[in-house]
Order: sequence, then structure tokens, then C-alpha cells
Amino acid sequence: MSARTYKWIGTRPNRPDGADKVTGRARFGADFNMPGQLVGKVLRSPHAHALIKSIDTSAAEKLAGVKAVVTAKDFPEQENITVPAGEMQVNLRDVTRNIMAREKVLYDGHAVAAVAATTEAVAKEALALIKVEYEILPHVIDVEAAMKDGAPILHDHLRTEGVEPKPTKATNIAKRIDFAKGDVAAGFRKAEVVVERKFTTQPVHQGYIEPHAALASASEDGQVQVWSTTQGHFQVRGFCSRLLNIETSQIRVTPSEIGGGFGGKTVVYLEPVAIRLSQKSGKPVKMVMTREEVFRASGPTSAGVVEVKIGATRDGRIVAAECMVALQAGAFPGSPVGPACMCSFACYDIDDIKVVGYDVVSNRPKVAAYRAPGAPISCWGVESAIDELAIELGMDPIELRLKNAAKQGTKTHYGPTFNRIGFVETLEAAKSSPHYQTPVKRGFHRGVAAGFWFNVGADSSAAAHVGEDGTVTVISGNPDIGGSRASLAMMAAEELGVDYEKVRPVIADTSSIGFNFVTGGSRVTFATGLAVVNAVKEVVRELKIRAAKIWEVEPEAVVWENGMAKPASTNVGEFEPLSLSQLAAMAGKTGGPINGHAQLNAQGAGPGFGVHIVDLAVDHDTGIVTIDRYTAVQDVGTAIHPSYVEGQMQGGAVQGIGWALNEEYIYNAKGKLDNPGFLDYRIPVASDLPMIETVIVEVPNPSHPYGVRGVGEVPIVPPMAAVGNAIARATGIRFLDLPMSPPRVSAAIDAARPKMAAE
Amino acid sequence: MKEARYTAPETLDEAVALLASANGSGRVLAGGTDLLVQMRAGTAKPGLIVDVKKIPEMTTITEKDGSYRIGAAVSGAVIGEHEGLRKAWPGIVEAVNLIGSTQVQGRASAGGNLCNASPAADSVPAMVAAGAMVTIQGPKGRREIPAEKVNAGPGRTTLAPGEIVVSFTLPVRPRNSGDAYLRLIPRTEMDIAVVGCGVSLTMDGDRCTAARVSLGAVAPTVLLVEDAGKALVGSTLDDGALEAAAAACRAACKPIDDKRGTIVYRTKIAGVLLKRAAAIAAERARSH
Amino acid sequence: MSKTHVTTTINGEPVEFLCDTSQTVLDVLRDQLGLTGSKEGCGSGDCGACSIIVDGRLVCGCLMLGAEAEGCRIETIEGMAAGDHLHPLQKRFVEMAALQCGICTPGFLVASKALLDRNPNPTETEVRYWLAGNLCRCTGYDKIIRAVMDVAAELRETAR
Repeated sequence: MSARTYKWIGTRPNRPDGADKVTGRARFGADFNMPGQLVGKVLRSPHAHALIKSIDTSAAEKLAGVKAVVTAKDFPEQENITVPAGEMQVNLRDVTRNIMAREKVLYDGHAVAAVAATTEAVAKEALALIKVEYEILPHVIDVEAAMKDGAPILHDHLRTEGVEPKPTKATNIAKRIDFAKGDVAAGFRKAEVVVERKFTTQPVHQGYIEPHAALASASEDGQVQVWSTTQGHFQVRGFCSRLLNIETSQIRVTPSEIGGGFGGKTVVYLEPVAIRLSQKSGKPVKMVMTREEVFRASGPTSAGVVEVKIGATRDGRIVAAECMVALQAGAFPGSPVGPACMCSFACYDIDDIKVVGYDVVSNRPKVAAYRAPGAPISCWGVESAIDELAIELGMDPIELRLKNAAKQGTKTHYGPTFNRIGFVETLEAAKSSPHYQTPVKRGFHRGVAAGFWFNVGADSSAAAHVGEDGTVTVISGNPDIGGSRASLAMMAAEELGVDYEKVRPVIADTSSIGFNFVTGGSRVTFATGLAVVNAVKEVVRELKIRAAKIWEVEPEAVVWENGMAKPASTNVGEFEPLSLSQLAAMAGKTGGPINGHAQLNAQGAGPGFGVHIVDLAVDHDTGIVTIDRYTAVQDVGTAIHPSYVEGQMQGGAVQGIGWALNEEYIYNAKGKLDNPGFLDYRIPVASDLPMIETVIVEVPNPSHPYGVRGVGEVPIVPPMAAVGNAIARATGIRFLDLPMSPPRVSAAIDAARPKMAAE
Repeated sequence: MKEARYTAPETLDEAVALLASANGSGRVLAGGTDLLVQMRAGTAKPGLIVDVKKIPEMTTITEKDGSYRIGAAVSGAVIGEHEGLRKAWPGIVEAVNLIGSTQVQGRASAGGNLCNASPAADSVPAMVAAGAMVTIQGPKGRREIPAEKVNAGPGRTTLAPGEIVVSFTLPVRPRNSGDAYLRLIPRTEMDIAVVGCGVSLTMDGDRCTAARVSLGAVAPTVLLVEDAGKALVGSTLDDGALEAAAAACRAACKPIDDKRGTIVYRTKIAGVLLKRAAAIAAERARSH
Repeated sequence: MSKTHVTTTINGEPVEFLCDTSQTVLDVLRDQLGLTGSKEGCGSGDCGACSIIVDGRLVCGCLMLGAEAEGCRIETIEGMAAGDHLHPLQKRFVEMAALQCGICTPGFLVASKALLDRNPNPTETEVRYWLAGNLCRCTGYDKIIRAVMDVAAELRETAR
């Protein structure tokens, strides 16, 4: 669909880090070591909610081989201020309490103390010697239970924000947010059909295969080096700087290769602790979480309650929509309820909308971002309700969505008016996809759902250095989580007009390139891509100056085409074009090294829309759902490297399938997590799935030189509802609660049986 | 913290003597797919590890006059590649092969699966349905007991201190016999059984002449459900007989609610799996 | 602390090491021998990131004691390429974008090699079940399965 023709954009070259990653050479978080390093381990709370009466570390300190022990006392108190972290907002007062509990432990797995010792065995033994006296408090996990009067209160100082008059009583509801467009009551009066339902979701984890890991080395002169697996080493630096009162220039953070993040590695857990242990022991300290620690103590996403009401006229025009979203934030305020509210009805052009959101604390680990944070939860409700509406109206689910689709000029309920977007194109592509055009197989049923994500811009820095042989190093500061090195190099090669192989992308540490916001929000190819393109434009500008110098003409008389400087016209004179390598070879005589730099706050991220189609069968005796066919359709703006675009769509879809069918945090009566491992936290395995078909739609983003929108997050938004909608059509039962696991599906079928027989 | 001692004796007598001398802190290591996980979690802290994989009797499969003997430490992968066993006892082979991933199959053994004493162990219901006898050797010599008598409860066995499960002996298979094992898991792989069901049948034409039915994950130990077997014997495996056997299975269930399933669900599934496993076993019996 | 002395072969090279009883083969590979290509994702045999081949059998390095390696032949991801020549699986994984973050990749490659060494003509279902013990959270498995099927076909073609 893209009008321009490119040499590299849209092709599928090998990724620059490919060989390292298939040979085991690539170094991930736990693969960094330093001579003389100690092993750091964390003591974690066995209680969901308790006061810390005392901590006695003396026996641990005396154990041979123990070099340092830290507790909250070793971390300075922080102000009650909120700073951005990835796509989420965090409060520093809370962050310091999350990395090390102070007055209270607030969830099973909450860090209470940490040790650094010569071996892992000694470190573990030392943890067992730390005596913590707790006073156990009543706990609350469930979001609705936490909102009730009389619920156990996590924070005595917490008052609900966004409510007038300002409440005076302590509460677990940290915030209420409201969005409105038009007059929703008037809108519903026009409705001929109304669907009203209450949906819930359970907490799920990002499930990256690589546990958190960090290695810190603090020197006597105050300098600190950190190697860690993170989506944002600048955020690691920023957090450590604030939490430990160290100037940012004193901290150098080098990102390892990152073994998955999905939003969960945009915050810090181990890094400040490792630095503190290193400062106290005078030795490098390496810390690696176990899988159990990852589940118990690192960022899952919220569970939520979503009440949806949608009204339409008989002809399928949605006239009013209302939604209440309450999300668990975990132990500290800051759930993604904002984006959940904003994404809820973003796909649709509806005159009258009202959305209310609540941010609710409960005795669970503080949530971290997870792929399109919040959106999958609200859209599970909204897209299920839309499907029910389609059934009520007897309309094709894609036709219903087409009839109400947001388009350029649609004003959203959260404020902005959409620029050029591709939801209609995406729906049309879904409709004409091979999957949708093929009748459903006997015994199988089809579900469809849509999804939206804003995509993000924000701060990026990049540099392009021309080597003496005319090859180019592109330097950026975003960990490559799924092929971004390739997409950045491709854009640089396109801009320069040289071969992709002549461009080598590297990811620099925090001291070697300017600030970069996290790898998250589907922003790297868009925002950092923009920075790279601008840095390369700087290089091209300089190259033209050098050619002009050689030719003794004005720089404006030189053009850059296909990797060569050429006279702009015959009027300039007859000159043989000068290639990049020729100009590079002569750089010393024409003004020195040729480099380009760029820094920006990228504006104009292009919203993305996706439509997913699933065919599945339900075993009515066991409740087991078998996915037979799955297609993800998405407007990505421009697919720079289509293979990695497809990969994002496939991976997101499968995470969504896991969320739909089996993934959930299971707590026991004492508030302890009962399934902190991959055995019982059931992420999809290869044999659970068919191939995931993809249809890439390209409606270029006008705010990016190559039309990039961002791709990674949209694909986790539609799957839950797509699966639920197919199950509804297979069973005649509208499922309201995730996950739709075999026991639940079976119970629902059994509960409906007498009713069906009676009908 | 004291490190465990590792030994790999080459004879059973040596292994038994080592275990007996460990004052209860000894653990037998076969595939290690449970023991190593427990050691890492801190739930097992052995002082002595006795690796039995160098003991020939425990690592081989033999056949004598139609009766198979499977060494307790033979890995699932080896059992899965054994043509004779696959033909005679397809239910046992599929049950053993359901334990864990391909990687786990490279190590995990039927002996370890039995001695780990999980009520949800996949190979145990198949062994019980087959009527497998378990050879045990200890300080007081050798004894043989039926497979269903080895487990005493979750994580507990009837083995005396120092005793080692040496092998499984399967009875001579009459003509027109077949077995099957089915389990229910939420995914297609990598899960612990929510319910497991083993069925072993002998058919005479359309009529069932012998039947043993077992259930896993519905009680503290794997159950031999004799009433279900009785309901099938003498029938043509018609719907009535199958429903009677399913009802017997449901009646035998004493499950718990846990992270893997509910009482209601497990009880219902026990009946569902019985019917499905019986159909497969019958089909195999007819073509055996 | 009495350590066990182990003599073994890793990627064709004779190797000796001393280990504590509680150390797994994975611990030894990563912490003592500097072979960090095998990854630890769970430590309980549930993710397959530490897949290695021992005496021709695919196993999890985290579920085998170092002491058990005595006399064994161990193959790890570091031994998969022949000199500077990538194994066809390694090559196709890169070409077909069968990896995103790459943490599960060594495990998938070793497991896939074990499959193709045994079964040169697997069906898609066989590939999916063989690899069910290797978790990938990024790709949705699609491109991994395609790459393995593709290499199987390619190897069959070469073998003709």
C-alpha cells in the first residue's frame, strides 16, 4: 500500500546480532561476571501483609563468607513524587519501599533484606540467619474486595485522588479518573439495543524467559558500574541515582542482551540493591532472580473489573458507550488504569461516551507495564460486548465494527482527534483475508475482535559515525528486544543509500550516548528510528559539504543520491560522483571525521489498530479449547523488516491466547502465590498452537519519514475477546471471566445444560 | 551448610548398604527430574545421593516368556523406543512418555515417578491398571508387591528405610488385550495431570473378559478402581457398561480443590477419561 | 567440602572439573567452564533454555548433577557450529527471524538438532510436541517451527 519504493525498507535481511544469538555468544543479564564478584541474594516476605517489628541481621553478618547485609535502613527515604517509568508513572517513595520493605511487607515475596557473600550457598545460609519479627495483618488480593469499606488498608496515608471533596479517610482506591464525550445518558435514550455486562480478568505475568539479573561494581571514589538486563538502561541509571543519591554521571549502566521484557523490565528491582551491597562490601556483586522470585516479586500486570454498557440502534450504529474499569495496582498505586480507560472505546466513533477508572492497591507485587498496559483488560470487556451486540443485531462482527470504526477526524473520548489512522483498512483486510474468506470447519467456531494502542514517541538520541573506509556505525541507546538493531540499520542504509551490510548498529551504555527513554511503548523503530534518520541526515549534510569542498562549489550545489555525492545539475560543472568511501578516505583533508548526531522528543506516534480472527473447538466434556486457526491483521504504518513485524504480531497474539485460556496468578487463603513457576503458571507451549497467520496493513504514519507507527503492543489487545467470542459462538455462553480454563469452561457448560434442555 | 555426598555404586547390594548407612538422609537418584527440583527448592536436603544408573538390573528392559521386566531407572525415552513394549503395553509406554518434556524424557524413569509418590504421577495409573508387580530390594532382601501398594500418600511410600525399587514386572499378556492411559491437562504438554486414568482390558470377541481401571490425581494415592473394572467385565463395552464404570470412577474419587483443578471438575473428568481410555484400550485389544 | 572430580567430554574436547554435589551440569557449564550459551530460565526443567545433549539424549542441564557427567559426552550450543560454519539450523533461525530476544534460542537449537538427528522427516505436530518443553515468549513459535521444518527438508535434500 506504500507508494514509495525503497531499497531496504520492507526487505528481510539477517539481523546484525544474529550470529551471536544462535551460537550462545550473546551475553544476557546473567552472563556477565567480574573477578572477585560476590553473590547477592534477597530475603523475601513469606506474608502477604505484615508489620515489620524488627530485623536482626547480626547472625548473618557474622557468618564466614558474608561480606555485606542491607535492609531498608541502607536506602535513603524518598520524597513523595511521581516520575515516569516506561509507560507507567511511579512514585519514588514507593519505589524505595518496593525494592526493600520499610515499615511493612505488602506482598508475598516483598524484599526485606539482602546479603552479599562469597558463594550462593553461603548467601542462602545467611538469609536463613536473618531474623525478622512480623506482626501479621489481614490482607486483600482481589480488586473489588480491596475497594470495599472495611477492607484491610495497605497505606494509612492514601486518599483517593480525583474525587471532590477530597476524602479524609484512608482507602485502597488511589485514584479515580473520568473521561467523557457528549452526553451518555442522552445517547442511551437513542439506543434500541443495549448490552450490559461485567467482566473480570486475573493477574498475569509478562513471562519473559530470562530472569532479572544485575552486576554492580562500586568504586571507592564513588563511581558505579552496572551491567543489567533491562528495557532501559537510562532508567536504571535514573532510578539508582535517585534512590541512592548518586549523581547520574557517576553511574555507568551497560545493558546486556535482554531475554524478553514486554514492559516488565522497565523498572528496577535488583540494581539499587546490588550497588548498595557493592558499596558496603567493596566488591562487585552479582544478583540473579530465581524463577520463583520473578513470579513473586517482579511486575505482573493488573487484574481488573470492567463493567461495559453499549447501546446501538437496530441498524448497527453504536450511539452510546459507558465503561468502568478498576485495576489492581499491586502494593503501591500506579496501575495502567489510564491507558485502560483511554483504549476502551478508541476503536469506535461514538458520540456519547463515559469512562471511569479506579486505581486500586492490594497485597500483590506492584504491577509493571505489560505490552499495551491496561488496554487488553478494558478491551476484553468492550470487544466481548461488541460481539454480543453483533449477535443480538444479527450482524457480521466485522461489518458492525466497520460501521462504527474510528477514522481520520474522529474525536476520541480522551481528547485527541485522530490524524491518519488505518482501522477501516485493517477491518477491510481482515474481511478479505484468506482466513475470513474460508468457511469455518465443522466442529469449529470463529471469533473476531479488534484492538488499539496509541504507540509512543518520547526521548531518543542517536549517532552515526563514518569510518575511514566508508562504513557506518549507528549508535543508539535502546536495548534490542526483538530485532530493532536490524530496523535501525535498515533505515540508516536507506537514508544513506548504501548497502545494509555497510551499516553496523551498536547499543551504547549510558555514558556513551545521550539519553534514551525505555524500549517500550512500541517506540524504538519510530522514535529512535527518527533519531537515527536525523543523525544520518547530519552525516549526509556533512558529506555534501566535503564534496563541495573538493569540487570547490557551494554545498547547495551538491546532492546525495544512491550513496554518492553528485552535482545538483549540469550548471554546477562536470564532476565524477564521489562515493561514501571516497569521501571517507579524504575526510582528513576535508575537515576531519564525519559524524552525525541527533536528539529529539519524538512527536506524532501513529496509533495502531489490529483485528484478530480465531477458529477454535470446545470439548464440551472437558472444557478444553483447541485453537485451529489464527490470523492477526494490523496496521503497522510501514513494516521496516516484515519478518520482525510478523514476529511481534505472532508473539503478541500468543501471549494473548495464554491470557485468554490458562494464565493466572493463583493465591492461597493466606495470600501467598501458589503457582510461582512455569509448571503451574501455564504459558502457551508449541504444541498448543497452530501457525499464526499475519496480514500486514500499511497506512503510513505521516509523522515519520518512513511511515512507521510501532507494532509490538497492539497484537496483545484483541486475542482474549477474539477467543472468548469464538467460545461464545461454540457454546452459546458468554464468558465474562478470564482465564477461560478447562475447569471454568466445563463448569459453565454444565451450569447451562439444564437451561438449554428446557429451552 | 553440608554438601551431600554423591555415589554411583555398580551393584544393588552396594546401593542398599550405602542407603542403609545414611541414617535416613540418603536419596536414590535415577533421572533426578524430581529430586533436583526438590533440592533446589530446599524441600529435599539429602546427605547422601545414591545414583543407581550404573546398576545394570535397574537400567535395562528384559523379556522372558512374554513377561516384561522394566528396570526402575530406565528413562522414558528408552521405554518409548522399545518395540516390544510398545506393542504389548502401549498404555504404559504412552503414560511414561507423558512425564514432562522431551528433555525430561531423556532422564525421568518409571521408578522415580513411582517413588516420588505424587498422586498425579502419569506412569503409576498405567502400571496399576496393567497389574504390574514392583520388585523392591532392601537390607532384609527382596520382595515383590503390586504397584498400587507402593504409595502411602502424597510424597510418602511404603518402602522401608534402605529399600530401593528395582524393577517393574508386567504380567504375560493374553491375546486380545489392550491398555490405554489418558490424562487431562489444561495445555497439551508440560502440565501435571489434573486427572489420569489407566485402563487395561482383555476382550473375547465383543465381550470384555478382564478389566482393570485406575485413576490418578483424584485421591492421596493412585487408585485401583475395582468396581469400574467389574462394571466392564462381561459387557460388550456398551454405553450402559461404560456409564456404570464411569460412575464407579466418580464414586471412587476423593479429590481436593487446588491450583490444578476443583473437586467437581476432577470427579467429572474421571468419568469422561474412563470412557475415552476404555474405548482406546478396547480398540487396541481387538487389533492385538 | 569434598568435591567430586569429573572427567567428561564437552563438544568433543576432554574436560575435567571439580564440583559440589549440589551443582548441576548447567552450573558447571556456566559458572566454572565459561560456557554461558546454555541459559537458566527456571532451574526446574520447565523452560528448556538449558537444553544440552548428553550421550545422544536431549536433557535439561539444570536437571542433571555435575557429578553425573563422569564419562559422558556432552554437546552444548557452543559446539553446534563447525568452526566458522553455522549449522543449517543456526543459519535458518537467523534468516527466518526465528528469534526475537534470543534467550530461548540456544535451547531451541540444541533441541531441534536432537530432533533432526533422530527424525529427519518430522511432521509439524511432531516438531511442536518435541519442542513443547522449550518455552518461547516472544515469537508465538510460528517462525521457529517453520525454520525447523525448513531445515529438515533441506537436510533431506542434501542427504539424497
